[in-house]
Amino acid sequence: MQKSIDVYAYLRHEKKFPLIWCAGCGNGIILGSIIRAVDGLGLDKNLVSMVSGIGCSGRTSTYVDFNTLHTTHGRALAFATGVKFGRPELTTLVVMGDGDCLSIGGNHFIHAARRNIDMTAFIFNNNIYGMTGGQVSPTTPEGMIASTASYGNREPNFDACKLAVAAGASFVARGTTYEADSLDEIIALAIQNKGFSVVEVMTPCPTIYGRYNRLGNAVKMLRMQLEDTVTVEEAAGMSPEELKDKVVTGVFHDAPRPELCEEYELVIETALKK
Amino acid sequence: MEAKLLMGNEACCEGALAVGVDFFGGYPITPSNEIGEIMSRRLPKVGGRFIQMEDEIGSMACIVGASIAGRKTMTATSGPGFSLMQENLGFAAMAEAPCVIVNVMRGGPSTGMPTLPSQGDVQQARWGTHGDHPIIALTPSTVREVFDLTVTSVNFAEKYRTPVVLLMDEVIGHLREKVVLPQKESVEVVNRAKPTCPPEWYRPFEDNKSGVPLMAPFGEGYRYHVTGLTHDEMGFPTTKKDEVDALNQRLHRKIRQGFEEIMIHESFLMEDATTAIVTYGCVVRSAKTAVLEMRQEGKKVGLIKLTTLWPFPRIAFENLSDQVEEIFVPEMNMGQLYREVVRVNHGKRVVRKISKVDGEMISPEDIMRAIKREGGSGAKVY
Amino acid sequence: MAQQRELRLAGLGGQGIILAGIIMAEAAGIYDGKFVAQTQAYGAAARGGFSRSDVVVSDEEINYPKARQLDFLLAMSQDAYEENLSMLRPDGILVVDSTYVSDIADAHVYAIPFTRIAREQFGRENVANIVSLGAITQVSPYISEEAMLQAVEKRVPPRFLELNKKAFEAGKNAAKEAKQKSALQEEINEEM
Repeated sequence: MQKSIDVYAYLRHEKKFPLIWCAGCGNGIILGSIIRAVDGLGLDKNLVSMVSGIGCSGRTSTYVDFNTLHTTHGRALAFATGVKFGRPELTTLVVMGDGDCLSIGGNHFIHAARRNIDMTAFIFNNNIYGMTGGQVSPTTPEGMIASTASYGNREPNFDACKLAVAAGASFVARGTTYEADSLDEIIALAIQNKGFSVVEVMTPCPTIYGRYNRLGNAVKMLRMQLEDTVTVEEAAGMSPEELKDKVVTGVFHDAPRPELCEEYELVIETALKK
Repeated sequence: MEAKLLMGNEACCEGALAVGVDFFGGYPITPSNEIGEIMSRRLPKVGGRFIQMEDEIGSMACIVGASIAGRKTMTATSGPGFSLMQENLGFAAMAEAPCVIVNVMRGGPSTGMPTLPSQGDVQQARWGTHGDHPIIALTPSTVREVFDLTVTSVNFAEKYRTPVVLLMDEVIGHLREKVVLPQKESVEVVNRAKPTCPPEWYRPFEDNKSGVPLMAPFGEGYRYHVTGLTHDEMGFPTTKKDEVDALNQRLHRKIRQGFEEIMIHESFLMEDATTAIVTYGCVVRSAKTAVLEMRQEGKKVGLIKLTTLWPFPRIAFENLSDQVEEIFVPEMNMGQLYREVVRVNHGKRVVRKISKVDGEMISPEDIMRAIKREGGSGAKVY
Repeated sequence: MAQQRELRLAGLGGQGIILAGIIMAEAAGIYDGKFVAQTQAYGAAARGGFSRSDVVVSDEEINYPKARQLDFLLAMSQDAYEENLSMLRPDGILVVDSTYVSDIADAHVYAIPFTRIAREQFGRENVANIVSLGAITQVSPYISEEAMLQAVEKRVPPRFLELNKKAFEAGKNAAKEAKQKSALQEEINEEM
């Protein structure tokens, strides 16, 4: 159960607020979950690094009182690889948007997963490029409207979690901003995994995605998350037809395997013998 | 130290290790491959780390990340990879992350000629990334100088908190010469200045006399923000014009204040010269031979070797004697540095370019024939 | 001007041309104590493309590091012979691998079947480069035999050291024979 914590202790509240996110945006809910998870794990802020990419999600790092690095579009994981591999004692959290991580950053994503480098990658998935005005993203569902898909998107979308599992991530989960409590728990598990963890979070964008697709206000969009979501356990007993248009949440994959920084210690050991 | 037969790319690694580079991220590309290969073997033996990234975009990103985490970082590449690195090279300039990018230039444009030399990336080193950023680029002419300039590149990067480009060419990268390297203890090592104040007083991008802010590595108690967005002294994004202007001005000023130290150049037999050859990289070797042979014929030819290319060492021309009437700029490109030489001579003397873009190194004959207008050379004089 | 000698090894990718160039440079620079610059050019194919290595040896510091007029040329393929012959000085020394170079216009040539020797005596063609290095010490004065052998010993993998030493020796012997033949030929030429 969630305990009351001093969220302000983790925010740069005197320096960088109000934040830039729209009213009704789900990103703040995810930020709250990340902070509660970090607090729950008792991590030293000095030893936490948050690296982010570009887009609405990219601003997350600006607001938290960690060692924060706001990088270029799609490259957050590559920068984070340098931070973590350069200083392995840092707990490294990487915040990306869906376009950021899966389109321009797709190559870095699969290779970070393959290496199983110890960090937690968050994909803030709002199904659209919000900051640039609503262009279609690799996670925009087929048929949906975007500013560059005015006649309806005809490209299939990625399942980020399946992609992550296939590429080698050792912990993969999905949550929604509606279920913030379970999101806290998922994030805590992800951070604790010694390896590459992926947490995809479905987050509503009422200002852009919602308006383009007439999905209603933020409250309605959150309610849709509840209605359209089934857990991994529920999904196990459902047919493909029943699962169509449903978002499955929960932990999909939790299979620890050798981690990059630890493996490099073996490289060092071997090198010193030669 | 005993004499060794070393390749330019090997000397680059020796220099990097001597000056304390302890992180290398890279991606394979000819003709720079030996650098990554050697670093992958040597770094784990000395407490350093090597990672082969998925591409050059990632390589550049990861050395910037590691630099911010406190490492002395380097990557090595060639033209096509250098193009991919431009994005995050700009980030390094903006975030003031010290790092060194070695570009062993090969024939271009595009994938060009992987195994053959050129000097086609000279202006790219200056303006390859977008925005009005400062940069330092150095270029060696001998294997020993590869060692020395790798050390200097890392030291400049650390001192000025800037990316530094070491522009080698394939000739120098793959040239083997007998060299005697200095004792490690005698190599000058500059480390970035770190804050010592309490964390709450730390202003990570604060202006000061040098224009170079103190740099705290991530994880040492100074929690702060780094961004590629235009930022204020605390590192937070800003669009306030006084803060924006202050940052942009400072980024240029910190390099400008170091011009005298940064603009490295040498003169060779220039005392009585009426004709000067101005060049850099491997072509310095051909030019020296040309100068010596033309002097035997009684022609008063001298050489100005530009070791620093960016910022362009205009001070090499400021005290140039009036008796120098003509300047020739031989380059393995269509005249990329020639235009800079024209610019800083303000029409005071005739400047001609000697261009060779056939994948061969400019030879002494190319230079001599061009100066004597004899024709019949692979190089063209304009 | 300083005494400067320009040597070129040319052949195909896979013949060990570049390693031979490195060994020569090491012999001249480290063991004979001279100034040396070694450069190379090669095609994209790791096997079968063109490959050449220049070694410039001098008593003084070397400026232009590539060969301008060859004092010595080793051609390990017909193409390499034809492409590089025009750069050889009139008094330059020409050595060819007669396994592959058969169409020779120049009378003053040491034609030695390096690859055939490597194949027949050692069962592996890839020591042909070391056979040729042994020969070079006998037919040209630019690098001493002791220095060349020391450089071979340093650069080849330890488990192949004995094999390479034998290959070097075989090259020396083949060159001595070729020299005698050449001297005989000169005599015949003079008499005619």
